[in-house]
Amino acid sequence: MENREKTVIIKHLVKRFGDFTAVNDISFDVHKGEIFGFLGANGAGKTTAIRILCGLSKPTSGEGTVAGYNIRNQQEAIKKHIGYMSQKFSLYPDLKVWENIELFGGIYGLSDKQIAEKTTKMLKALSMEDARDMFVRDMPLGWKQKLAFSISMVHDPQIVFLDEPTGGVDPVTRRNFWKMIYQAASNGVTVFVTTHYMDEAEYCDRVSIMVDGVVEALGSPSQLKERYSANTMDEVFTKIAGRSIREE
Amino acid sequence: MSGNIAIKVEGISKSYKATKALENINLEIKEGEIFGLIGPDGAGKTSLFRILTTLSIADSGKASVNGRDVVDNYEDIRRTIGYMPGHFALYQDLSVEENLNFYATVFGTTVEENYDTIKEIYSQIEMFKTRRAGALSGGMKQKLALCCALVHKPDVLFLDEPTTGVDAVSRKEFWAMLSRIKKSGVTIMVSTPYMDEASLCDRIALILNGKIIDQGTPEEIRSHYRNRLYSVKGNNMFQILQILSPLSGILSCSSFGCECHVAVDDNGPDEKSLLATLESKGVTGCTVERINASIEDCFIGLS
Repeated sequence: MENREKTVIIKHLVKRFGDFTAVNDISFDVHKGEIFGFLGANGAGKTTAIRILCGLSKPTSGEGTVAGYNIRNQQEAIKKHIGYMSQKFSLYPDLKVWENIELFGGIYGLSDKQIAEKTTKMLKALSMEDARDMFVRDMPLGWKQKLAFSISMVHDPQIVFLDEPTGGVDPVTRRNFWKMIYQAASNGVTVFVTTHYMDEAEYCDRVSIMVDGVVEALGSPSQLKERYSANTMDEVFTKIAGRSIREE
Repeated sequence: MSGNIAIKVEGISKSYKATKALENINLEIKEGEIFGLIGPDGAGKTSLFRILTTLSIADSGKASVNGRDVVDNYEDIRRTIGYMPGHFALYQDLSVEENLNFYATVFGTTVEENYDTIKEIYSQIEMFKTRRAGALSGGMKQKLALCCALVHKPDVLFLDEPTTGVDAVSRKEFWAMLSRIKKSGVTIMVSTPYMDEASLCDRIALILNGKIIDQGTPEEIRSHYRNRLYSVKGNNMFQILQILSPLSGILSCSSFGCECHVAVDDNGPDEKSLLATLESKGVTGCTVERINASIEDCFIGLS
C-alpha cells in the first residue's frame, strides 16, 4: 500500500469559521485509482473538507496535496487538474450535447483539435453519436448523468470528485452509473465520492465517515463492518454517525 | 385506522407541452395512513402533489381531499392541509420563531393554540429560535419546515421528498417523527426516491415516467414479484455482475450493497448452475441463496 501513488495527501487539516471548528484535524491519503467514499451526517464537515480539496477554500491549518498540488498555495492548479460533478449542477440544459462538451473542454483549456477528438471519442464510448445535436434538457436523466460524468473528465484529470452523484436517481440508472465509476477507477482515475445511499458505500474501496468535524472511521467496507460488528454499512453508519453530539 | 378515504385520485393526467407528466393516475388513500409515493426524479411525484394541494390543475380526471374537489373547493382544501414542498418553503431572512409565527398567522391561528401538535419536533430546534432560517443546517430546516406545515393542525399532510439529500441517520429520525404524527390521526402522503423508506409506509404506490406501476401495502407489492430471485455474495462484485449479466434466462443482475441480486425467468439457471458458472470462470468462494424480493427489486423488475 505505502508504495502506491497517492492522489490525495491530507495532514492535520483544520478549518474554523469564527469560533466554530467545521473540520477538526483530519488526516488521510487516497491512492491512485481508488474509489474513496467520503461519508458523514449532514453538518459533519464534509462539504467544508471537499471545498478545501477542490481548491475553493483555504484551510485554517494543516497541509496537503491534491493531484500533486498544494492545497494552501496552488489552488488554481488544483482546479485545473481535478474533475467535479454533482447531481445538483453539472450540465447546461439549454446547450446541445456537443456544445456542453465544447464549453467544458474550452474552460479546461483544451485546443479545438483536442475538443473535436474528445467529442468523437466520448460520444462513441457513451453510444450517443446520434444525440450529438440534442439539447441536454431533452435527454433522459440516465443519459445526462453519464454525459455529465464523462464531461467532468474531459481534461483527463487524475481525480474526480462526485458530490452525491446519484441523489434521486432511479435504481437501474443508479447502478449503471456505478459501472461507469468502476470503469474510470480501473483506468487509473481516483474517484472521491459522497453519497447518502449506504448500499453505495459498500461499492467503495475504502470509506471514511466524518462525525462532528473529525474522521471517526476509515477503512474498507469489510474492515469497518468487522470492527463495528455490523452486517451492512448502513448499520456501521448508524452506529458511528448516531453518536454525533454536535447539533449540525 | 378507519376505512374512510382521505384522498381520492381518479384518472388524473397532466402534460407540459409534449411531456406527459402524469398518465391516468388512480389512487385511494385512507384516513390516518402513511401513504408513500415512491419513484425517481422526474417520475411525476411533484406534479401529482401540486394537483392535490390545488396549486396546479389536471388536464383530465378528478381528485378530492377529505371529500372536497381539488378544483371546485380549493379554498377549503388549502385551509385544512399542510404542505411541505421539496425545497422547504421557509423565509431565509426570518428567524425560526418568525417563520413559525408567520405560518400560524396565515392560517388564522397562533403557535400557542396548537403548540401540542408541534411540541415534540419544535422542542428539538427551539434553542435556535432566534437564528435565521437561512443559517440552519439541512436537518434543522427540515424540522422547522415540518413544524410550519403542522402549525394549523391540518387533517392531511403532504410531504414532497422530505428526506432527499438527508443523511441516513437523520432520515431514520424523520420517519420516527412521521409515525408519531400519524398517531395523532393525521393522514400523511409522502414522496421519496429512497426505496428503503417504502417499508415504513402503510401503503405505497410506485411511480415511473408518469405512471403508477404498482400499488398496495409493501408486503403486497413484494408478493407481486413473479421471477425467481437469488442473492450472490462474493469478493468481486463487478466480476460477478459481468459474468452473470449476459447469461440466457437472466433478467437482471443488480448490485445491492455487498450482494448481487440476480432475477431469473422460468427457464433460467438455479442456485447450482449459477454457482457452477461462476466457478468455471474462476470465481470461487461465492454463495448463492434464493431470496424474496425487496421493494427495490420490484421496482427494477417493473422498470
